[in-house]
Amino acid sequence: MRRGIRIFLIFAVLAALIAVAAFLNLKPGKLQVAPGAVETDPTTQTITRGEYLARAGDCIACHTEPGGKQFAGGRVMAIPFGSIYVPNVTPDDETGIGRWTSDDFYRMMHSGISKDGSLMYPVMPFAAYTKVTREDSDAIYAYMMSLPPVSQKNQPHELRFPFNQRELLIGWRALYLKTGEYVPDKSKSAQWNRGAYLVEGLGHCAMCHTAINRLGGSKTSQEFEGGMIPNQNWYAPSLTSNREAGLGNWTIKEITDLLQAGVSHRATVYGPMAEVVYNSLQYLSDADVEAMAVYLKELPQRDSEAPPTQSARLVAPEVMELGRKTYATQCVMCHGDEGKGRPPEYPPLAANQSITMSSPVNSIRMVLNGGYAPGTRRNPKPHGMPPFSHILNDEEVAAVVTYIRVAWENSGTPVTAAQVGELRPIVPE
Amino acid sequence: MTARALFIVICALAGAGAASAQDAAIPAFKTLDSMEARVQGCATCHGQSGQGTGKEYFPRIAGKPAGYLYNQLIAFRDAKRVYPPMNYLMAYLPDAYLREMAEHFSKQRPAFKPKQPPAADAAVVARGTTIALSGDPSKQVPACVTCHGSNLTGMEPGIPGLVGLSSSYITAQLTRWRTGNRQAAQPDCMKRIAERLSEADVHAVASWLASQDAPANASPGSSNLQKMPMACGSQM
Repeated sequence: MRRGIRIFLIFAVLAALIAVAAFLNLKPGKLQVAPGAVETDPTTQTITRGEYLARAGDCIACHTEPGGKQFAGGRVMAIPFGSIYVPNVTPDDETGIGRWTSDDFYRMMHSGISKDGSLMYPVMPFAAYTKVTREDSDAIYAYMMSLPPVSQKNQPHELRFPFNQRELLIGWRALYLKTGEYVPDKSKSAQWNRGAYLVEGLGHCAMCHTAINRLGGSKTSQEFEGGMIPNQNWYAPSLTSNREAGLGNWTIKEITDLLQAGVSHRATVYGPMAEVVYNSLQYLSDADVEAMAVYLKELPQRDSEAPPTQSARLVAPEVMELGRKTYATQCVMCHGDEGKGRPPEYPPLAANQSITMSSPVNSIRMVLNGGYAPGTRRNPKPHGMPPFSHILNDEEVAAVVTYIRVAWENSGTPVTAAQVGELRPIVPE
Repeated sequence: MTARALFIVICALAGAGAASAQDAAIPAFKTLDSMEARVQGCATCHGQSGQGTGKEYFPRIAGKPAGYLYNQLIAFRDAKRVYPPMNYLMAYLPDAYLREMAEHFSKQRPAFKPKQPPAADAAVVARGTTIALSGDPSKQVPACVTCHGSNLTGMEPGIPGLVGLSSSYITAQLTRWRTGNRQAAQPDCMKRIAERLSEADVHAVASWLASQDAPANASPGSSNLQKMPMACGSQM
């Protein structure tokens, strides 16, 4: 009996020891700080998030002069009504936004009203930034305030009468501005909603991909249906038409490659879109770019015009022959006999929507001026296309662009030498 | 050989010359994943290997010091050197890639284009020879060869070779320097020199430079062999 008690006691002590060990082991205690890791405080986290969001909004592209100090403004933007001098948005007290509060900043983002109460010209994409949440606006504000202040006075805009009368903006706002933060669509996934928030808000994609009318406004009914970018003379293709840059037939990977790397197996970005990828999209997380891709792919398909008729696609035999010969001499090395290219380094021309879409402007400009895809984190050493403006005359450019628009069962229409002549004198940018 | 046969041979040779000049401007490469393929965006103006193309403007870039080429690519990208076709092409390329492009072209040694004939006027030839080889002490203009090398192939790391450039290109660059349109790192020695030259001086020295023979060794000179007469930012 005594022996039984002894054995019981030994077991009890052992069990107690195990319980104590388990308790010490299981209680949460303090997180181990990895050696060398810096503890982040809420401010650091907010500023870092604000920097990321400012990237998503591509603020730097307009608010920095080429080769100038970051965010110090001064860049001149030609618009159909004159010239806008982009303001200094560094936190300099006298010449920048150093005295702005986060409330001032949110009102500007949300409704296009400056700190002093003046109405802003819609060159600033507040019609899109209005969708940005207060929390995100505050993070961007915190980031902007953390930047080194640069003392650089803003220049007054040079706009023609009557566009220099800011009071007229009341009318523009009544017609084209609908303020309000993004409201998630409950019938869609969280991923789709994140994509919509980024594309419609900070990404301000509609600024270029929706046609701008003579008052500088965009109709929401034509959202993402494409249009010429004023004064840059590039055509921003429709994102809703599979005949243009509609992404209905693309895989998600092809879309994310194009947005993040600047090249994909379907197409490559040049011109203004290269700028967007270079300054903004390459920095976005995989999750965010994929969300944008999901949203873009699901945009409703609205072909605003019928496909070209057989007769509209007729090409004079001698034009086709000149185009074929020019292609065989100048283009075949990179784009191949069958126009298949060597994607992603050299984009395909066959079955490439940006070649066959109704506006031939981008194809003509690429032949005249060439172009390099942007150097990005995922594609730091892009291949490039040389200019041909000094080698090919208007007839030859028109013929070779016609050829790539109709060869290999491409469904485009011929272009004329006059169309090339109009684009030739434009200074490339 | 009859005169007629001679004429045909000359025409054939001229045709062959024209054809090879044309070929240099058509993109070509061996391996897709190579710098050679990546820089074919430069080929229609600067040639497949940077030899320059056409009779006139587009400069030879092959064999120029990598430091000089890199400075130019950065300046084009940041619109500090203004030439819209180049500003457009370089706009969205990162520093590291531009460095690699510069190093690629600095290593190329393609054949030189035929030199241009000297100026018709003997006085112009004499003035050009003087500026290039001796300088003009009365204007405090040093001789070109002091920094650009006795065989005009430049000096590491930042002074370009001048041989193989057309007179129209050299004239345009000196004129841009004179008018403040082109700049280099401070202290900008080339700006100081160009401002001391007259329009006639620019014409004379440009046509003299363009009429020089290609050197046997096209490599730039070493930077530590001699002192320079002026401080130059791109050599510091």
